[in-house]
Amino acid sequence: MGKKLLIHNEHVAGIHTYEVYRQMGGYASVEKAIKTMTPDQVTDEVKKSGLRGRGGAGFPTGLKWSFLAKPEGVPRYLVCNADESEPGTFKDRYLMEKIPHALIEGMITSSYALGANTSYIYIRGEYFYVARILETAIQEAYTNGWLGKNILGSNYSLDLYVQVGAGAYICGEETALLESLEGKRGNPRIKPPFPAVAGLYGAPTVVNNVETIAAVVPIVNNGGEEYAKIGVGKSTGTKLISASGHINKPGVYEIELGIPVEEFIYSEEYCGGIRNGKKLKAVVAGGSSVPILPTELILKTAKGEPRLMTYESLSDGGFITGTMLGSGGFIAMDEDTSIVKNLFTFARFYHHESCGQCSPCREGTGWMEKILKKFMNGTANEADVDLLWDIQSKIEGKTICPLGEAAAWPVAAAIRHFKQEFIDIAKSKKFVDVSHYNRLNKTKEAV
Amino acid sequence: MSGQVHGAQHFDAKKRAELKFSDAAMETVQTIIKRYPEGKHKSAVIPILHIAQAEFDGWLSPESMDYVASILNIKPIEVFEVASFYSMFNLKPVGKCTLEVCRTSSCWLCGAEDIVKYIEKKLNIKDGETSADGMFTLKTVECLGSCGTAPMLQCGASFHENLTYDKVDKIIADYKSEGKRKSYTDLDYKNTL
Ligand SMILES: Cc1cc2nc3c(=O)[nH]c(=O)nc-3n(C[C@H](O)[C@H](O)[C@H](O)COP(=O)(O)O)c2cc1C
Ligand code: SF4
Ligand code: FES
Repeated sequence: MGKKLLIHNEHVAGIHTYEVYRQMGGYASVEKAIKTMTPDQVTDEVKKSGLRGRGGAGFPTGLKWSFLAKPEGVPRYLVCNADESEPGTFKDRYLMEKIPHALIEGMITSSYALGANTSYIYIRGEYFYVARILETAIQEAYTNGWLGKNILGSNYSLDLYVQVGAGAYICGEETALLESLEGKRGNPRIKPPFPAVAGLYGAPTVVNNVETIAAVVPIVNNGGEEYAKIGVGKSTGTKLISASGHINKPGVYEIELGIPVEEFIYSEEYCGGIRNGKKLKAVVAGGSSVPILPTELILKTAKGEPRLMTYESLSDGGFITGTMLGSGGFIAMDEDTSIVKNLFTFARFYHHESCGQCSPCREGTGWMEKILKKFMNGTANEADVDLLWDIQSKIEGKTICPLGEAAAWPVAAAIRHFKQEFIDIAKSKKFVDVSHYNRLNKTKEAV
Repeated sequence: MSGQVHGAQHFDAKKRAELKFSDAAMETVQTIIKRYPEGKHKSAVIPILHIAQAEFDGWLSPESMDYVASILNIKPIEVFEVASFYSMFNLKPVGKCTLEVCRTSSCWLCGAEDIVKYIEKKLNIKDGETSADGMFTLKTVECLGSCGTAPMLQCGASFHENLTYDKVDKIIADYKSEGKRKSYTDLDYKNTL
């Protein structure tokens, strides 16, 4: 069994309540930080831990914290990114729903390190019921003296609030999130300035993912060096993986970074193999934005080495033969799956979610969806494959935020690794979708 | 009168004058506004629009957006701008229960299209339409963070996961017999797994 630091208590009855969470050692990191450490010492432990942002980009958290501008007399903010809308990703929801105090505790310890006296958790609107769970937990934390004025008799005070969104993937992009939190449309800002200098209400701000903030708790409790002992190279610690698709045991798994992808897919401890005795065809390893890989390349790198669940190993080979760990949204597809149709669902998603500020993204996502739609209704021809390739290649690096390229990468990868499937549909002038047959426990026929 | 927020729709001054949050909703609005620093109350617009949608028949009419603007002392266009950006806000009337079925990758891989077809047939409506009795609206939506328990649908605050046709039958029957409007802000959410 791998070591677990975030959801080790997931099956303890009542762990969502303050009493049980506290009995299991909860809020120790707040005590330790406020009573025995300076804010900078907390940041140093986070640096030593090697923790990298769990929201998708994998930027070193300690380094990000050290960039925070600290002008006198100006408030600083910590904003937790609980927007979780990258298709295939549901780990933050799981953590917040099962162990809400883990996030609250992380928010308090992290806010102390950053010198923030007001912090927000921005959660996607669809997770309204999770926001209720968090609000109850926050109330319990106030009642027990972990939030509010002069926490533990110190001169540190913190107020923590939950802000709900209203349905917009783009609000997961940190500057769009800040715009939304300011009560505006979620249009990403042009950078620089970065949030560390001018973020929420123009004040220095750190935005971190739910899982990143929760990881600060074990880092402070056990020390950064202890955390860094887990993992391989620059991929330290544990990671929550959301596993979905055609596997026997979908769900959220906490893994030690560094386990082989093959073990993750086939071992009983994790996904338990492919369902219905089918063979694996392809995997999207880190949420919809990362390149899809065929079985041979997800299990082994192009050099023939076993692919590991680390930032470095998954990206080995660049986009030609590799992919990314991303948000940890791991989607497995069996041999009957149409890669083109799967791509269509992604293209439709990105078109729907583009904020529309930049022409390459607004128009490009629209065109990609439109062309893929032609494949779906059997009117595409072979030249459309090249057209699709051409469009995706004209988005990357030409937009305000990374959504544009996040929309282009899946298209590029699907064509790169599964071009024949596109050509077959174009040649036969029809698309037969067998991929979803027998997925449901059908007791009645729909059509 | 602060004026019209949505050119395409009729603005009814009389209806606007009659709009008022319940006391409980007004109390929530006041606590929400206090979450932000002095002068930053515009931040409350999204949470308050959620309340307005729940209080006023499940959608945001030009009148209710104007009302929200007056509470926050901002221009009606600032409210409309926001309301029209986010997919959870309805700018047109909807049924009492909106069945929002996820259609993205993981759900599609696990049969979401069959669930959509089944509901379409059962309620005799297409995606985006409302049933004749005004009870249900069907809407396909993007990933709702339940990919591991796909297929799934959301109705109001509740998540219904690992759907089968039988489960859909039961969900629809239950909502129908309850007969109540379901909102994202409901406290009595009932998730089913
Ligand atoms: C289109 C887009 C969507 C994003 N969605 C999320 C999200 O849902 N959750 C998240 O934590 N980060 C998301 N990010 C990444 C954030 O911009 C940001 O990098 C992250 O919140 C930083 O936190 P971390 O360093 O702890 O990962 C998204 C980025 C982009 C470009
Ligand atoms: S890349 Fe797309 S989502 Fe990002 S700012 Fe431009 S138009 Fe908006
Ligand atoms: S793909 Fe349907 S909930 Fe994520």
